[in-house]
Amino acid sequence: MQQLHSKARQLLESGAVKVVIGYARGSDPQRARPCFVRRPDQADQLIWDDRCQQNLATYLLKPEVKSLGKPAVVVGLPGLRTILQYAAENQLADQAVLALTVSDHDQVAELTTFDAIEKYLATRPSGLIPEQAEELARLARLPPEQRWAFWSAELARCVKCYACRAACPLCYCARCIVEVNQPQWIPVASDPLGNLEWNIVRAMHLAGRCVDCGSCAQACPENIRIDLLNRVLAQEVEAQFGARPGLSVRKDYALATFRPDDKEDFIR
Amino acid sequence: MAEFQPKIVAFVCNWCTYAGADLTGTSRIKYAPEVRMIRLPCTGRIDFMLLIQAFGQGADGVIVSGCHPGDCHYTAGNFHARRRWIVFRRLLDFLGIDLRRVHFAWVSAAEGAKWAELVNDVADQIRKLGPYQAFPKRLERRSESVGAG
Repeated sequence: MQQLHSKARQLLESGAVKVVIGYARGSDPQRARPCFVRRPDQADQLIWDDRCQQNLATYLLKPEVKSLGKPAVVVGLPGLRTILQYAAENQLADQAVLALTVSDHDQVAELTTFDAIEKYLATRPSGLIPEQAEELARLARLPPEQRWAFWSAELARCVKCYACRAACPLCYCARCIVEVNQPQWIPVASDPLGNLEWNIVRAMHLAGRCVDCGSCAQACPENIRIDLLNRVLAQEVEAQFGARPGLSVRKDYALATFRPDDKEDFIR
Repeated sequence: MAEFQPKIVAFVCNWCTYAGADLTGTSRIKYAPEVRMIRLPCTGRIDFMLLIQAFGQGADGVIVSGCHPGDCHYTAGNFHARRRWIVFRRLLDFLGIDLRRVHFAWVSAAEGAKWAELVNDVADQIRKLGPYQAFPKRLERRSESVGAG
């Protein structure tokens, strides 16, 4: 933590960045909260431990954060993938953000360019860990009626708070489809069809873009496993089209392109 | 008891399948009457939400059909659609939605007979499956159920 404090202080003092987005102690001991450090003497508020799970790269595109000036952001691997995906979607310019990652040995690495982030990520593990893949496979092995029963029960708890959307770094549309009300695509109230529609839309709009930070499921007050929907589509997109979002700045959104020989076995 | 008459909604592209279905009619080929066709500019325009909305409004089966690969009026709309369907179908399956009720096809403007065959086959399958009761239905608007004012 010492390293993080001195790095943040130094960056702010030198004027290299105007704000350091990091984690601070939350309102109770179990939580960390996002913290926007703008003065060198506040740098000691920053913390880094297991509670720091939320993907802070989400804040980079918010107008109120952009207006603060050049940011440094404390991120883990998902946050780095987010930055690259933002770059691939033309949302972030190179060197407009400085990424700070803290290693297990408390060493702070400073990544200033997309190129550096790409190289850093190439040396780290990515993709589903075996337990996550097994979790998906276990559900996929169930008979469809049981899967339907599982998801009906999960989605029945959705209260349409859209915390998943707020927490998601890639749900950054200025006007989301749920706010479109002429016609009303997705009902405002929590009802079985509307809940299903919202979660299908969310998953589909993130297919081929999701960087699997898990912030959506963490944000869900009902603990609905919406991260599973993202993961299963990420798996499909990789298997079918070979795309792995968040690992490079290449503009290769799988659903905005095609190959004439894309394979399927269900179209007559 | 009267035989179950399924509601099947077909989302078709303007340039191939709609014209193909037209040919079915002008060729006097008789086919299952349970299909309701919705004409859209291109399969690339067929948002996956339309399929969900169809089921939500009481459809028991859905057909999506357009130009064969390479024949798209807009050059590449159906290629994009194909990728979207591949991904969408996986999601539907993972959610446990009955994939036997969602059918995809390429039917060109010259394939009037194929269209009839497709609709007949889908209608047969859906008739055997029965109504899609498991799927949640759209809530009625309050103004309709309670009355205006």
